[in-house]
Amino acid sequence: MLSYNLRLAFASYRRNPTLTGLVASAIAIGIAVCTITLTLYHALSNNPIWWKNDQLYAVTIDSWDPERPDNDKHPERPPPQLTYKDALALLKSDIPMRKVAMFKSTRVLDSGKADVKVKRMDTRVTTGDFFRAFDVPFLYGGPWGAAADQGPEPVVVISKEVNEKTFGGINSVGRTVRLDDRDFRIIGVLDTWQPAPTYYDLNNGSLENPEDIYIPFAWGEALELESAGNTNCWKSEQINTFKDFTNSECVWIQFWAEFSSKADHNRFQSWLDGYAKDQKKLGRFPRPLNNHLYNVDEWLDFNEVVTKDNRVLVGLAFMFLAVCVVNTVGLLLAKFLSAASLSGLRRALGASRRDIFQQHLVEVIVLGLAGGLLGLIFSALGLWGLRLMFASDFDQYASLTHMDPTMMGAAILLSLLAGIAAGLYPAWRIGRIQPATYLKTQ
Amino acid sequence: MLDMQGIAKIFRTDLIETHALRNFDLKVEAGEFVAVTGPSGSGKTTFLNIAGLLETFEHGTYRLDDQDVSRISDDQRSRLRNEKIGFIFQSFNLIPDLNIYDNVDVPLRYRRLSASDRHTRITSALDIVGLASRMKHIPAQLSGGQQQRVAIARALAGDPKFLLADEPTGNLDSLMARQVMDLLEEINRMGTTIIMVTHDPDLARRAHRNVQIIDGQVTDYKPYEGPYEPSAIIGVTGERASG
Repeated sequence: MLSYNLRLAFASYRRNPTLTGLVASAIAIGIAVCTITLTLYHALSNNPIWWKNDQLYAVTIDSWDPERPDNDKHPERPPPQLTYKDALALLKSDIPMRKVAMFKSTRVLDSGKADVKVKRMDTRVTTGDFFRAFDVPFLYGGPWGAAADQGPEPVVVISKEVNEKTFGGINSVGRTVRLDDRDFRIIGVLDTWQPAPTYYDLNNGSLENPEDIYIPFAWGEALELESAGNTNCWKSEQINTFKDFTNSECVWIQFWAEFSSKADHNRFQSWLDGYAKDQKKLGRFPRPLNNHLYNVDEWLDFNEVVTKDNRVLVGLAFMFLAVCVVNTVGLLLAKFLSAASLSGLRRALGASRRDIFQQHLVEVIVLGLAGGLLGLIFSALGLWGLRLMFASDFDQYASLTHMDPTMMGAAILLSLLAGIAAGLYPAWRIGRIQPATYLKTQ
Repeated sequence: MLDMQGIAKIFRTDLIETHALRNFDLKVEAGEFVAVTGPSGSGKTTFLNIAGLLETFEHGTYRLDDQDVSRISDDQRSRLRNEKIGFIFQSFNLIPDLNIYDNVDVPLRYRRLSASDRHTRITSALDIVGLASRMKHIPAQLSGGQQQRVAIARALAGDPKFLLADEPTGNLDSLMARQVMDLLEEINRMGTTIIMVTHDPDLARRAHRNVQIIDGQVTDYKPYEGPYEPSAIIGVTGERASG
């Protein structure tokens, strides 16, 4: 009976192509709006390194003002960054498998080539564990080791894009680039890497592009590099020199730790509490003990990467879909009632109410799926439009605005549900018609 | 075969109550060809709809093929319509975008018959009405008389106990009307009971018995005097049916 009902469905579409097109379009528009919104929401709420959710932790210590918390809305939360001296102290712990102390800065890159423009570029000043802790892929070479961190050695890792623009995409490992007034030897070239959101440093937003240049953390102090991210201070301190700054209570260093086991995680938490208690004895950390290790999911939540606005937008998108479904109910009623005489005839010839209901339900399910496919095309066009609008500002939008298979599956499922939701009443209604009423008008 | 006793059918609106049938009694025996006549609005079509289980009624009892069908469920009515009753309408009521074969197939689909069984019945029914060669045509490609013959084939394909015809020649010219009547008489001779509503006294005279309805009541009723002996009783499937 299913194949028969499918044949009847396609005959019905041919009989009334305009109304059929309107129904499919109404579903498609609702699906497209939902899919676009969900794609963005999905990308923002995505954990780009989910497989390390039990290993990788952002480290926080509450070194803030005794009079007021760092975050008035969430007084229980410690500041999201560390002071320089605390970061150095934490780097000395041998409990974590990997330790990443880092901040964002900028450097002027000069490749020494006349045809490549000298350009100021975002630079991440970080310990070498950054690359392995965050599973950053390399195209050529690899990360620097502990010796380069301690030196510090003049080594640099560049992004794939910088390598292409500066060296035409060849293996540039071993070559030298000049960063401001110092030469650095390239030891690695990154492959494409676009974590979305940029969970490892959310100071400047969650849709930042990863940096172009990476140099050892110790160069920060050696070259007296300033942070290009957020620097927050609560204490009135005399800061006249870079040394004053690194000794201050200002927080500006992001710190991550990767553990090989839950036991190490717990040990490090105890170690951290012990460190904070020691500092209290030295007159620091006036607030109650409040040190936390946040995994990536918790960190995204801590930084409110998915804002209330995003959630409201998703809600509005679904409300819009509901409006489309309600409109579709009306269109389907009009469509079915325009062919009520045929249903009346079928009833007279022996079709039960259930037969007529099933026939029309198959019709709306197929129509819902067609609307879903059309909605996917609309969604792709909408996301393409978003990319055109924002790609120049943030390359991240390119990755954010691509539909993944999950979203495609969700769109098809949504269209199926929308089709059924829109078609249930009209199909039921047409099944209830009295056959005698329509036989004379057939 | 069909036995209605004291049937009443009332149509109600907010303002008006119309008694379409009142204290309606009629008995039709197996193998009869009954013509039902009466002026417009007398209740002929209402009678036919109730007889065909297309409408319910307020009072009275209706026995169809020895089964009381007065208060059966909608599903049971659908099944009985499908298995025991064939309909022939004035305006043919064919589905315009289905070909002749698929039109005849419609009631058989709802009986959940196998594809081969359906095919046998469809070709046999179209053979009887002389349209086996036109089964791939759509209704618009046929004349009015041919369309009515397709409707008759559709009714016959399900091997019904009786045919209900509502002005079957009303939309046909006289030549085609005669052909359709000849066909109905032939079907009746083969053993199918026929009740035909008509305005045409000439057609009514060709039936075995006339029943006149005025103001929702039978006013000219001649009881069946049987036994009626059909010349042959052959179903669509070609099997000999019991008489």
